[in-house]
Amino acid sequence: MANKIQVPSDVIFTIRRYDPDNDTAPHYEDYKVHVDPGLTVLDGLHLIRENQDPTLSWRYSCRMGVCGSCGMLVNGRAMLACNNQILDISKRRLLIAPLPNFDIIKDLVPDLGSMFEKHQSIHPFLIRESDKEEMENPTGEYNQSEEELVRYLQFSYCIRCGCCMAACPTLATDDKYLGPMPLAQGYRWNADTRDEGFDRRRPIAGDTHSAYRCHYAGECSNVCPKGVDPARAIQLLKKQLVKDYFHLMKKGPGCQSQSSRTGSERNPKIPDPPPFTVEQT
Amino acid sequence: MRETKWWAWHMIAGIVIFVLLGLHMLITHFDDILGWFNVLGPSHAIEWENVVARAQNIFFAVTYVILLIAALFHGFYGARTIICEMNIGVGARKFVDVLFWLVGLALLIVGTWAAIASMAIKG
Amino acid sequence: MAEGKHYPNKLGIAGWAFRGRWGVDRYLYTLHRITGLGLLLYFLIHIIVTTSRAYGPEAWGQWMDTFAHSWIGYGEYLVFLAFAFHAFNGVRLVILELFGGVGKPIEPIYPYKTSLNTQRPLMVLIILVIVVVVLVGSYDFFVHTKPLFQ
Repeated sequence: MANKIQVPSDVIFTIRRYDPDNDTAPHYEDYKVHVDPGLTVLDGLHLIRENQDPTLSWRYSCRMGVCGSCGMLVNGRAMLACNNQILDISKRRLLIAPLPNFDIIKDLVPDLGSMFEKHQSIHPFLIRESDKEEMENPTGEYNQSEEELVRYLQFSYCIRCGCCMAACPTLATDDKYLGPMPLAQGYRWNADTRDEGFDRRRPIAGDTHSAYRCHYAGECSNVCPKGVDPARAIQLLKKQLVKDYFHLMKKGPGCQSQSSRTGSERNPKIPDPPPFTVEQT
Repeated sequence: MRETKWWAWHMIAGIVIFVLLGLHMLITHFDDILGWFNVLGPSHAIEWENVVARAQNIFFAVTYVILLIAALFHGFYGARTIICEMNIGVGARKFVDVLFWLVGLALLIVGTWAAIASMAIKG
Repeated sequence: MAEGKHYPNKLGIAGWAFRGRWGVDRYLYTLHRITGLGLLLYFLIHIIVTTSRAYGPEAWGQWMDTFAHSWIGYGEYLVFLAFAFHAFNGVRLVILELFGGVGKPIEPIYPYKTSLNTQRPLMVLIILVIVVVVLVGSYDFFVHTKPLFQ
């Protein structure tokens, strides 16, 4: 698709506008933009803002597909504005709207707060309680072999753009559903051999509005701009939960710190950490 | 954990139904061609003679009851899933749960009674 | 958090079926739901009807006479179609969700291949099986049993 020759053309941008101070409901406005080959949707929005309507609002930052700010609905498909060239999508008209399944703050700016709250609830961090001494006074790394790394590497590339949440059919009707991003991140930590937090995540991931409200429509993986494949993560999470329910889960050896495996000591040249600046409770 | 349990059995019930209902479909729809199950040679499975023959066969009686349990559970859990994904309140969700349990159990009792009672009828 | 009136923007039930440029799997999910509900409704009626066999041949015959009309036959044909789709798509879902049909995690290299690509062969196979089953069943229904031409 990206190999076809692009020809400069005039493209009509139909953008869903909403001003919270003046409007009661969103409405569509048209802008005609002359598009040269290679311009991304983000560039087109900038052209509109500079030349036609300075009140147009949207989020962007890195403009190269790594920050996850510019997620929006373009011609019915959730995508990053910076990652997609206009003439690859359409030579005539682009219909741009904010990501669905989130409240609209203004114009193309969605309120992603709900996604981040759900993400927090899944404990998306390394939980390790078996060697507190090592966590307090680290002496070595927790090494990961190739096999251990590839179990979760794909899911760690998530940039939290929200495109998967916008595309999910369950989230279209169910507010409480966690969503592909939090569930995929829950699996990312469960699959990490350094992590021991499966028991803490189990009640949240196995709850009524969690992993089992996914029915493999696969849209999340379809739209993910970084190839994270949350659909795969959620099915693997379900398999993990069911295996655990039937007591078939094999507890692996986990990942021990390098020093405890090789018996080495902390390198004396590494300086001690500075004193705490915050009261420790 | 409860949801895990129900969903796991939903999947297992699905597989059980796939096997047993496939068999049921073969008997009722394809046996005109196959002639494996029916008593009077190739004839319609819903003729009374064939119905009686199946009703009094212990294999059919038992598998019909298993199919009934699996299908009622699978169907009502699926319907509950669809309803619960529509943002209803907590009270409404409990009401739906209770309603489905009651209707499901009632139908289970009715169906099992019919399976047992029809073993005793005369052809 | 920004103050001001946030405008709700959920797709609702339309998000189950349309309002976007989606892949095939999305529509398989929608069809699975519709056929499931249809089958459940038929099943509830079916239980009531077939319990009449415990009351003897007269009761059974009465129900069968009510169902002798051809449009009921059409309805049963639709149930058969729904069953064919729901059963085999369900098998596909069990393989994907419980038996690791989604494939193992990989290192993503652009252009990305997702689990949707991994399960495509299975999906095509299942659709072919459904088509074959529907064809055989349709032959039995319209040619052999002929509910239309009574």
